[in-house]
Amino acid sequence: MIPYIANTPEDIKEMLRVIGVGRIDDLFRDIQPAYAPKAFNLPPGRSELEVTAWIHRLASKNASHLIPFIGGGYYDHYVPAAVTALVSRGEFYTAYTPYQPECSQGTLQALYEFQSAICALTGMEAANASLYDGGTALYEAAMMAIRITGRRKIIMDGGVSPIYRKIVKTYTSNLHFEFAETPVVHGQSNRQEIYKILDKDTAAVILQNPNFFGAIDDHADIIAKAHQTGALAVESVYPISLGLLKTPGEMGADIVTGEGQSLGLPLNFGGPYLGFMAARREFIRKMPGRIVGETVDQKGRRAFVNTLQAREQHIRREKAASNICTNVSLCALQAVIYMCLLGKEGFKELAQLNLDKAEFARRQIEQIEGVEVKRSSPTFNEFTVYLPQDASEVVEKMIAKGFAAGFPLGRYYKGMERYMIVAVTEKRTRQEILDYARCLREVLCR
Amino acid sequence: MEVVDYYLYTKEHEWVSIENNVATVGVTDYAQEALGDITFVELPAVDAEVEQFEEFATLESVKAASDIFSPISGKVIEVNTLLESEPGILNKSPYERGWIAKIEISDSDEASNLMTAEEYRKFLESAG
Repeated sequence: MIPYIANTPEDIKEMLRVIGVGRIDDLFRDIQPAYAPKAFNLPPGRSELEVTAWIHRLASKNASHLIPFIGGGYYDHYVPAAVTALVSRGEFYTAYTPYQPECSQGTLQALYEFQSAICALTGMEAANASLYDGGTALYEAAMMAIRITGRRKIIMDGGVSPIYRKIVKTYTSNLHFEFAETPVVHGQSNRQEIYKILDKDTAAVILQNPNFFGAIDDHADIIAKAHQTGALAVESVYPISLGLLKTPGEMGADIVTGEGQSLGLPLNFGGPYLGFMAARREFIRKMPGRIVGETVDQKGRRAFVNTLQAREQHIRREKAASNICTNVSLCALQAVIYMCLLGKEGFKELAQLNLDKAEFARRQIEQIEGVEVKRSSPTFNEFTVYLPQDASEVVEKMIAKGFAAGFPLGRYYKGMERYMIVAVTEKRTRQEILDYARCLREVLCR
Repeated sequence: MEVVDYYLYTKEHEWVSIENNVATVGVTDYAQEALGDITFVELPAVDAEVEQFEEFATLESVKAASDIFSPISGKVIEVNTLLESEPGILNKSPYERGWIAKIEISDSDEASNLMTAEEYRKFLESAG
């Protein structure tokens, strides 16, 4: 393998001579000793063979054999081989957005199609070319609402992923916004609590559907109430569920974000993932990130461009719509290939399959003594389960039986230590679901 | 480069025409030419209080965004909503149909901080 620094001692000596510096350390003189690292742990370079063996050893520690019933925002959906094959083509396989984008018409067209697909899926008018992930996309939506309304208060529903809520609060921690979080009631958005604090200072009400507990809710009434006070409604969604559910566009949402991992991206132990964002057309100039537009070239032929760039940091510098957003073109490409491969009908069928399998699993789990599946609201492919024991311990014991059994809610919600959320995708077979229920029964009986 | 005789000007290339304590504000011919085709105008809110030489609107061209500074302090009483649908008017008619906002002046003494047409012409020559 090549050494960490490819320059030879002679190269370094020559470079130092040219710039008139005696030693490399002199370049870092401005750093106070207290902040300087004491030592770098850089062992000597290793051979390719050694490194490959080491990586394989590391990879073998991954628990990739577990049958996943975990969701919580990231889902084990099947990725058709064609998706991986197409996205790996050399014409597309570049790590980042091209810097002379109009030369790369294919990439721009793919992103344009991605935006169109996101609009169709969410029922919204305009989408950007992607954001980093679902959590940061939600943060960008909060900031966008603050820019549009000129207000500084954000109401976050307790059903919004606690991971996302933490991301939003972390990113804004030095910006002095006011955050109000309303706890869910019977698994659903607590209208009374939201209306109590919704006022003329509220920039946005942030909601999620289905919410973190898996509950489906029609937020149209909350959104209408928010609009009455001049606040915007931000909806975070699980894209696969939109094959069946009322779209956020139909509910009247102003900004929609979500995690696009479920659209043809493998779980990959946490990334790279795909944030998406769509909004009403009138807000497009307040939207962060790249937006690809359709136009015609000099000869009148259909062509694609990066458009409305005056929002972006290479133009507007510190006043840009966002200085930390990124787009994940390759993941967006993967998602658009996936969506095109399924088609509109295929997408609906996929959503139905997820619902049916989850309902089958629910019926199996409900029959276990002492276990209760929360049914206060309809669910999609994920539901909340009450266990007669600590959920973390149950999940631990299920690992020994080959299952990632669910997401223990006690980790994020006080008093919910005996609850877990269980997700069932189209990949789970009837036999896997029956085995899961049998093992869960065994674990609880002991 | 056209400079209108009886208007007042800023170093940031805004013009102002004062009549009955109301200032009509826009950007100069020089500004529109320097910016190129204007694609979007972000207008101030009606009733907004603005301060002299503080940012109060934004012009976007294809690959640039420029802040526009208010030549005078006061309250915005009217904005040129035509610019929302036809921003190109700012290029075609910067001194007339392309006006940006009307401001009710709170301190008329501030006009002495502005350049006359004569002074602005010299300013352009020295800058150019």
